[in-house]
Amino acid sequence: MQDDGLLTISTSPHIKDKESIPKIMWTVVISLLPAVFAGTYVFGFRVLLIILIGVISAVGTEALIQYIFHREITVYDGSAVVTGMLLAMVIPPGVPLWMSALGSFFAIALAKAPFGGLGYNIFNPALIGRAILLASFPVVMTTWQFPMSMQTAISISSATNMPVDSITGATTLGLIKRGSIDNLLPIWNLFIGKSGGSIGETSDLALLIGATILLLKRYITWHIPISFIGTVAIIFGLTELFGDKNFIMIPIQLFSGGLTMGAFFMATDMVTSPITKKGGLIFGIGAGIITCVIRILGGYPEGVCYSILLMNAFTPLIDRYIKPKRFGIKSNA
Amino acid sequence: MLKSKKTIPNLIAKRFRGGVHPKDRKELSIKKIEDAELPAKVIIPFHQHIGTPARPIIEIGQEVKKGQKIAEATGFISANIHTSISGKIINIGRNLYPALGRSSLAAVIESDGKDEWSEEIKPYFPVTQQEILDIIAEAGIVGMGGATFPTHAKLSIPEGKKIETVLLNGAECEPYVTSDYALMLEEKNKPDAIEIMNRAIHGEQNIDIATLKVKYPQGWENMLIKAILNKEVPASRLPLDFGIVISNVSTAHAISNAVRLGHPLIERIVSVNGSGIAQPRTLRVRIGTTFAEIIRQCGGYSKQVAKVIAGGPMMGSSMSDINVPVTKGTNNILVLAKNEVKETNQRPCIRCGNCINVCPVGLIPRMIALNSLKGQFREAEKYFPLDCKECGCCAYSCPANIPLVQLIQTVKADINKRRRSVK
Repeated sequence: MQDDGLLTISTSPHIKDKESIPKIMWTVVISLLPAVFAGTYVFGFRVLLIILIGVISAVGTEALIQYIFHREITVYDGSAVVTGMLLAMVIPPGVPLWMSALGSFFAIALAKAPFGGLGYNIFNPALIGRAILLASFPVVMTTWQFPMSMQTAISISSATNMPVDSITGATTLGLIKRGSIDNLLPIWNLFIGKSGGSIGETSDLALLIGATILLLKRYITWHIPISFIGTVAIIFGLTELFGDKNFIMIPIQLFSGGLTMGAFFMATDMVTSPITKKGGLIFGIGAGIITCVIRILGGYPEGVCYSILLMNAFTPLIDRYIKPKRFGIKSNA
Repeated sequence: MLKSKKTIPNLIAKRFRGGVHPKDRKELSIKKIEDAELPAKVIIPFHQHIGTPARPIIEIGQEVKKGQKIAEATGFISANIHTSISGKIINIGRNLYPALGRSSLAAVIESDGKDEWSEEIKPYFPVTQQEILDIIAEAGIVGMGGATFPTHAKLSIPEGKKIETVLLNGAECEPYVTSDYALMLEEKNKPDAIEIMNRAIHGEQNIDIATLKVKYPQGWENMLIKAILNKEVPASRLPLDFGIVISNVSTAHAISNAVRLGHPLIERIVSVNGSGIAQPRTLRVRIGTTFAEIIRQCGGYSKQVAKVIAGGPMMGSSMSDINVPVTKGTNNILVLAKNEVKETNQRPCIRCGNCINVCPVGLIPRMIALNSLKGQFREAEKYFPLDCKECGCCAYSCPANIPLVQLIQTVKADINKRRRSVK
């Protein structure tokens, strides 16, 4: 068969692997699904609605901004979907439905679009959204609904003679902050997610299943999450070693709160974390230290969100000094 | 080639950093080497190598015989050019050359169909090191893996340097390409070639074969040296400085032919493949045969064709016209169908780090490319663009489809332009 005779010319390479930005983003969406299922199982179907509204708001905000500023509409790439999902998954299950919409709006309109959109933002958009919600609605954002079995609901209803929708209370980290460490949940409950907390943060098991997908696809590497979690473990190990010697606190610190979510899904955000693996180690260790400083010395029971945001600010600096080793050159000096 | 067999288990474990694993597609053309039909016409460029072009020593209308020298090297880094068929010079003029946008002065020779060897061709019986180097230079041999550096220059070891290792490179790491592969399967005279090379550099015979991990760009000599000998040759130096001479297997075969038979470099193995070619083949082709003729001998196109590439898909050059000749460095002709060549939509860098992780020379390709995109060439220069060998791993693995190699080439061109204007 002959053709029109016109040949395409271009520089090499002439082939390309199958990776693309949409493929990465949609894989992240899939990797978050186990935690979505776990959150739904623990807190009920309403959280699905919260997540859905968060996603719609993020995608809608991005599309609207791109339309207004005559930019190419690129919401199909999935990055806004990821932001909306992540935002909804780090807020409490009992929030009003509009709150995830507002958070996603902030995430896109304040943390992503003004910097130039995908690839240019300095801070993790979902965490900025959460931080703004926490500052604006401190009560709602720290009211933790407890996972409730039918049995407890019936027993409470019969005891109080009142129908019960949900029970709220302090999270494990909140209790520790107040110094009441006698009635903590078993670690297994914390690990599988039968505890109070944000929608997608409580089940470490589900998060780790999702993170495994990302690790296998090499969309994330172990460097940031392991150095982050490892630093937290070491610091709490040291404080217990020189303090109460209550070493059960180490797994409690690791499996309650947002550490697993933060370390595997937030801190590893490609855009806002260091580009080299070595830089990732520094990022993870830094975030771990800041998390511990906030948890031990700060006013908040939880510090993962702010530690990552602070380290986001250091990312350009880390990238400036941590460079790969040039082939055949002994040092980078 | 190496000192001792004991080192082999270690060899396999060693590797270079970075690189990619594209589908190799070598099954397409790995077949018995067939002799291509004698071409009715050849186009022989006088500049088929790195260095200065050869100077023509023939005239239009002159009768020439196969193997006759038609252009002479014009310096040490240059190479003689010989005709690959017997016939008549019908034109001397500029002609496209199988590298993107380049052209060279070339002789067009019409075959007389006799394919007679020139009387000059006779086997030599070289004794000294210098005699062997002279034969290699006379035969116009250049690196046939694609780099086309004149071989006599490469094998001329300066006083005071000692060569400990000779590596014969058969890695042929580009996808599709099977010319060296086929040669190694069929030619039994490898030991001869190695012996001759050893004599050329005054070495001792001690041969090992190293098996390497399949990874691109394993066949780039610095990566091969790293993987086998665990030495890193920086961009500013030569393997020679580390006691190493490295040669592609096709080049070694050409050396063997030159020394044993007196044959100049007038033919080479070319694999022809890709989704757009009707019958992928591996052919022994006369230098100067046009791509159009070879494609015809491979049954023509099988689909709507988008690209015809001289070389492999990672580093090859796409041709604007298929009336270009096979040169000493053309190891492969790749024909890609329309459906394989997609227009890609460039997106912003999401800082995934792939380009850094795959770069075999440890660069930050994105910083060179993104500064290049903004025209900030001096800023881009701080990230060592001249270390880049344009292997293509970064662009191959970029999820945002950023044409990193092209952008890095732009920076290099700017640096070279400025350096020239300073002189």
